[in-house]
Amino acid sequence: MIDGAANILVTVNGESRSIPEGESLSGLLLALGIRDGAVAVELNRALVARQEFSNVKLKQGDVLEIVTFVGGG
Amino acid sequence: MAGRNRDMTATSCADTSPDAKLKIGAHEFASRLFVGTGKYPSNEVMVKALEASGARCVTVAVRRINLAERGKGCMLDFIDPKRYTLLPNTAACYTADDAIRTARLGREAGLSDLVKLEVLGDEKTLYPDTAETVRATKQLVSEGFTVLAYTNDDLISALRLQDAGAASVMPLGAPIGSGLGILNPLNVRLIIERLTVPVIVDAGVGTASDVSVAMELGADGVLLNTGIALARDPVLMARAMKLACEAGRAAFLAGRIPKKEYGTPSSPAAGVISSVRGDATKPK
Repeated sequence: MIDGAANILVTVNGESRSIPEGESLSGLLLALGIRDGAVAVELNRALVARQEFSNVKLKQGDVLEIVTFVGGG
Repeated sequence: MAGRNRDMTATSCADTSPDAKLKIGAHEFASRLFVGTGKYPSNEVMVKALEASGARCVTVAVRRINLAERGKGCMLDFIDPKRYTLLPNTAACYTADDAIRTARLGREAGLSDLVKLEVLGDEKTLYPDTAETVRATKQLVSEGFTVLAYTNDDLISALRLQDAGAASVMPLGAPIGSGLGILNPLNVRLIIERLTVPVIVDAGVGTASDVSVAMELGADGVLLNTGIALARDPVLMARAMKLACEAGRAAFLAGRIPKKEYGTPSSPAAGVISSVRGDATKPK
C-alpha cells in the first residue's frame, strides 16, 4: 500500500478488505500472496479472464470470489 | 430411438477391445475408472491411492482460496498434471446458475473444458435436481464445455441430458457417499442401452464388486471417491477398484451366459461308470 493514497473497501471471499484506490486485480492477488496457478476470479458474479487481471481496476464495493481447486468427488 | 448396440455377441470391432480408450467429447482416457480427490487421510495417501487406482482423470472441487492459510501445501501440488486430467466439479451447487458460475471458474482455473456438472436438489439425500441439471447443461454446452452430467438413475432425465448436449451422462448407483452399490441395476442398464453418449456410473460405490456390477451392465466407466478415500486401507482399496473395473469390463465384453433356474452339467453325461441314473434320493 502507498502511504497517503486513498483506500477503498472491497469484499474478497466474503470478507471486507481495505485496498489502495486504483489497485488492479493482479496487484490485489500479489498483495494476498496468491501465486499464479490454478486460480480463477469472479468480479461481481462475472468471470474475469486471466489475461484481464492486470487491466481490471478495482472499485469501491466490488465483490470478488477468488477460487482454486481442492479435493472433491 | 436408436441406442448403441450393446449386444457384445456381435462381431468384434476396435471398440470392443478391453483396452480400448474411453472417448468423451474430444478427450480420451486410458482408464475407465474416475476417482475423486476428497476425504483422504492425507495428501500422501491420496497420491498413492490415485496411482494404485490406475485412474487418469480425477475430480476436484472449486472452492474459495483460504486467504488465512496461504503458502501451506495445497492438494494440487501432489497431483502430476502430466499423468492426470483434472475434472472440476460443481459439487454443492443447488441451482443451475451457481453450477454455471462454478463451471466457468473451474474452466478458468484449470484451462480445460471438462466439467462434472452436479446440481443437487436435496441436502439430505444429495439427489440431483434433474430439471436444473438439464438447464445448466444447455447453457454450458453453448459455451463450449464438455459436460459430464451427474443425474438420477432415471432413463428419461438421462435422455434429456443427452439431448441437451451432455458429452457423458452419469447416473448414480446410490446416494453420494452412501456405499450402497448399484441399487437399481435395471434402471442403469436401460440408460446404458438407450444412450449413445458414454455412461459413467457415479456415486454409491462401496466396494470392488459394485464397480464390477456397473461395468458388467455395460457402463463405459465408473466414478467414485468415498469408497476408496474412507476405506481402512485406501491404497489397497484403490487397487481393488482398478481390478474390478477391468474385470467387469472384460466380463461385459466377453458376453455372460444366460441365467438358468436349474443345473446343467459341465461334464459329459455319457460314459459315467455308475449304472444308477437320475434322482439319487429316490428309493430303489
